Amino acid sequence: MRLLLRRAAFYLFTAWAAITINFFLPRMLKGDPVSAYLQKNQGLVSPEAADALRTLFGLDTGKSLAEQYADYWVLLLSGDLGRSFSHGLAPVADVIASALPWTVGLVGIATVLSFLLGTTLGTLVGWFRGGRGDVIVPVATFFSAVPYFWMGLIAIAVFATGLGWFPASHAYGKGTTPEFSAQFIGEVIAHGTLPALTVVLASLGGWVLGMRNMMITVLDEDYVTVAQAKGLSRRRVVFAYAARNAVLPQLSSFALALGFIVGGTLVMELVFSYPGVGKLLLDATNAKDYPLMQGLFLVITLTVLVANLLADVAYAALDPRTRQGEV
Amino acid sequence: MFTNRKSITGLVILGLFALLAALADVVAPFGPLEKDYTALKQPPSATHWLGTTHLGEDIFSQIAHGTRGVLLVGLTAGVLATLVAVIVGVSAGFLTGWRGESLSALSNVFLVLPAIPLMIIVASQYDDPSLFLISAVLAITGWAWGARVLRAQTMSLRSRDFVQAARANGEPLWRIIAVEMLPNLTAVIASSFVGTVTAAVLGLTTLAFVGVIPITNLNWGTILYWAQQNGAFPEFWWWYVPAGLAIALLGAALSLISFGIDEYVNPRLRSAGERARLQKKRTKRSTA
Repeated sequence: MRLLLRRAAFYLFTAWAAITINFFLPRMLKGDPVSAYLQKNQGLVSPEAADALRTLFGLDTGKSLAEQYADYWVLLLSGDLGRSFSHGLAPVADVIASALPWTVGLVGIATVLSFLLGTTLGTLVGWFRGGRGDVIVPVATFFSAVPYFWMGLIAIAVFATGLGWFPASHAYGKGTTPEFSAQFIGEVIAHGTLPALTVVLASLGGWVLGMRNMMITVLDEDYVTVAQAKGLSRRRVVFAYAARNAVLPQLSSFALALGFIVGGTLVMELVFSYPGVGKLLLDATNAKDYPLMQGLFLVITLTVLVANLLADVAYAALDPRTRQGEV
Repeated sequence: MFTNRKSITGLVILGLFALLAALADVVAPFGPLEKDYTALKQPPSATHWLGTTHLGEDIFSQIAHGTRGVLLVGLTAGVLATLVAVIVGVSAGFLTGWRGESLSALSNVFLVLPAIPLMIIVASQYDDPSLFLISAVLAITGWAWGARVLRAQTMSLRSRDFVQAARANGEPLWRIIAVEMLPNLTAVIASSFVGTVTAAVLGLTTLAFVGVIPITNLNWGTILYWAQQNGAFPEFWWWYVPAGLAIALLGAALSLISFGIDEYVNPRLRSAGERARLQKKRTKRSTA
């Protein structure tokens, strides 16, 4: 219970910190792109929307910092993230909401897949250490050092343009409208396969190496020797005794690496012109669309936080010690 | 560490890159931005070892000169991040109560913040960020992992006998930390330094590829940026393959160095392969 409270406090604190950083980021900006924009587009922006933007960007200089901070929270809690300059002043929240499912679907599935595959592979390589499987170590080292976006570019060059197996960009065909039909779902899968495979391939190496090293450390423990001496089947020793314990640190490093992984995969979306939040962030950066940039950073951070929470739950499910109260 | 095959391989590759960066003016046959309009988009040849760009710039020369930017930013960011990691991590491990807890909470927050989006947003606020500024941004987003590992290690050292003895002797706090504890943390610090340099190299090239860093700052990511902007994909492979390979090779070299350090710290990893092979041989002999 104490552990649960501590984790809850951590999540609340991190969410608060992310929101507060988001509050201060635009206030550290040089110059004032927002009021310049408002000036230029006078009449187009409704007075309420302009007020919201001023609050978000700290332009209501008449108020104290504390008042600005309070106003900012009120806006956030009502779901108002301002208006996006580059999307015809559509609410930022709506713009992000249309992109988020694509990223969560693609990056989420690919990351989980890569973790499961890499951990299984690492288990086997660790168990058969000294065998032929050790070849995988230098290969995995190389692949874990390859930048995602470069691997994406190569994948497009080879499999999309070269061999023509997959479409090179976008989430679905140009003429199709999103609907719940077999054809649309098929297109989404066809378009998502190549980016997903690239993410899996680029991040697999890290999980293989991490799990291999944990396995090797765990395999020296007495309980593994005892399990073998008892004559348990190899399968049971590997998965129920060794891997079961080796996976715990692997899982906690998965939770901690999430922020890093998600950041790297976002750039992939630029390469594949995939309509997710990463592409949106880069477009917003090029268009100097500050409200959208701020909103995106907040949403990306909170999404990573939720993913972290899920990894934590999985950890608690696997490690009975966390459920026993006093740890 | 210097007798370990993995770390020696890593150090040799790193050394070659350092040499390439230092001698770029001598090694590179052309200036990085020298244009030759008679040789546009040429495949590799005797004059242009790795071919040319759409403006006739020599790609090998660009990579050689780009190595400088990559190594300089990577090392600066690594040093800055490691400094912060040591200060925050060791204090968090040494202090008890709310001060230690809040420092540890701080590094946890920075671990969760997605680094690349944060870097993109901060870097895009500047029209012409200097190399040092870029390094600082990379360091701000990269110190947390090292701090976390250092905190754990410091906490386990804190209760060891030799630290208790130093305390009982009335040694001042700075001396306990600097003289008694830091030598025992060297391997962890080195490993986290190598890790941050790797992350910084990836971060820098990503930022350059995305176009957030001005193109005047030549590095491997800039080459990839130009390649993508000018339709190098897929046919002009010599334009985009070498730069990406260079990033991966440097990253692999750094990981090899850190494996060497890991094996030094954890002897089980060092001998895993050999022992397993020995055991197999022994069982074969006994069954034969």
